[in-house]
Amino acid sequence: MTSSRIRPWAAGTAGVLLVLAALLVAMTAGVAIGEMTIPMKTTVAAVTNRLGLTEIAVPRIQEAVIWDYRLSRSLVAAFCGAGLALSGAILQSLLRNPLAEPYVLGISAGASTGAVSVMLLGFGAGAISLSAGAFAGALLAFAFVVMLASGRQTADRTILAGVAASQLFNALTSYIVSTSANAEQARSVMFWLLGSFAGVRWPDVALSASVVSIGLVVCIWHSRALDAFTFGEDAARSLGIAVQRVRVVLLLVTALMTATMVSMVGAIGFVGLVIPHAARFIVGPGHMRLLPACALVGALFMVVADIVSRIIIAPQVLPIGVVTALVGVPFFSVILYRARRVA
Amino acid sequence: MSAHLMLAANAVRWLAGRKVIVDGVSVSVEPGQTLGLIGPNGSGKSSLIRLLAGLRAPAEGDVMLDRRKISGFGRRELARRVAVVEQHSMTEANVTVLDVVKLGRTPHRSALSPWTSADDEIVENTLRRVGLTDRREQFWHTLSGGERQRVQLARALAQSPSVLILDEPTNHLDIQHQIDILRLVEDLSVTTVVAIHDLNLAARFCDRIAVLSEGKLVTCGPPAEILTEKMIADVFGVEAHVSTSAHHGRLHIQFLM
Repeated sequence: MTSSRIRPWAAGTAGVLLVLAALLVAMTAGVAIGEMTIPMKTTVAAVTNRLGLTEIAVPRIQEAVIWDYRLSRSLVAAFCGAGLALSGAILQSLLRNPLAEPYVLGISAGASTGAVSVMLLGFGAGAISLSAGAFAGALLAFAFVVMLASGRQTADRTILAGVAASQLFNALTSYIVSTSANAEQARSVMFWLLGSFAGVRWPDVALSASVVSIGLVVCIWHSRALDAFTFGEDAARSLGIAVQRVRVVLLLVTALMTATMVSMVGAIGFVGLVIPHAARFIVGPGHMRLLPACALVGALFMVVADIVSRIIIAPQVLPIGVVTALVGVPFFSVILYRARRVA
Repeated sequence: MSAHLMLAANAVRWLAGRKVIVDGVSVSVEPGQTLGLIGPNGSGKSSLIRLLAGLRAPAEGDVMLDRRKISGFGRRELARRVAVVEQHSMTEANVTVLDVVKLGRTPHRSALSPWTSADDEIVENTLRRVGLTDRREQFWHTLSGGERQRVQLARALAQSPSVLILDEPTNHLDIQHQIDILRLVEDLSVTTVVAIHDLNLAARFCDRIAVLSEGKLVTCGPPAEILTEKMIADVFGVEAHVSTSAHHGRLHIQFLM
């Protein structure tokens, strides 16, 4: 009984500050590390120059690499991590299922199908961008899941519908790739499907930043309602929560965040699953603290994963999905193991 | 706590798909009294409970709270007046006793309003009332079934309700904890509706009893008038002997097997 009295998140606030500091360090490292070796001093100078804080002479090419390639990439990684972790936390609480996340519910798979359709089948005849295709695919998969799970909506049904959606859309993607891609294209599609931050630029930063910020605000606004879902929908309803409205709003926000991320960087699994569990371990189950913590830890995780993906087989880059799974699974095992001991 | 309210169902009907689950039932509870719902499994007790709590909307008929249609209340407005304890509550979340009881304050707070000392006081009071003050930091998943129901009762009381609705709150509990829970409820001055399995406990703790069978109301009244050998044989299909107990002066039902 004594172990049950210990609250492991007593020092939660200090932990969050620590994660914030770690995030800044990781992002600086992410910007400094790369194919072209650039001294740390130049790195910092390049950023502060662009922010109008300093006017230090820096080689133009180095400044361009730092500002246009690496900083934007690092920022997108941070926002992606935050958005995916947040989506996972919301889905887990709303569906009361520790396995829920965008990847499991087939939203990522739908986005991939949409992107591949544009890429290989030429849907939209060039008028539709890859991102728009992915976004349409994500919404389609999401609608599919909601439709299958409709009627008497229970958590289990939604998960089952998600499994069906993943299978369907992954099969569609494979079908499209194997029937219409040449070897070269197939390779690049597979690479994209596993996630990549290559090629993200400042417009991507603006988009991901605004979507994640809006998502975070909406989710935090609903944190009390999410707490009330602890014992299920009827319990939430009897506590005065407008269950249907909260569900629709939060599921749409989740779909929006996921679709934006997948269209930008591909389907990255495991972040939405692992990070909320890790964050819960740090700050506890209350959503007012959990959601910001998820965003921070998710951002940190993704920035570090991106650095690892670039240095592990340099000068080549590993797909980010490979790194998140390789880092995530052992990490997840530790959490499961410790949780078992506590229980 | 606000004044006691009267709760009534007027000819409510509820269907699951095409199957009629609650068929034109009218019952009412006077302010401060306890109404027991009894009936065999599948008689519509739980569904009637959900209608009375406003968790489901009746297909026909109305539920009235203090002479106002329950459908006219806002969700939060209703949750400040009516609290519900379910048969058994389950969660995967690693919450503590205190976390759960604090949930009861949800309908009294807006989206971002801070936790107040008044909230604290109410939570402390309810914890004391159910005897869980020194276990507030304990995790939900380490509690026994009886303790969990006490925590849920504390959560419901933290809502500061005028009406308390309980759906077989003592199911799955041993006899000591059944009596424990019902004593706690008996000592409250709120209007109470409780679905209950055990006829002796119903006789002991309810002011009035409504008998349901196949979704219809069979009869309703004080225990001494309702719990007859004939009713028990008709509705439950069991032969019983009903007498007045020499120990507590209440009805005592013995099943003849």
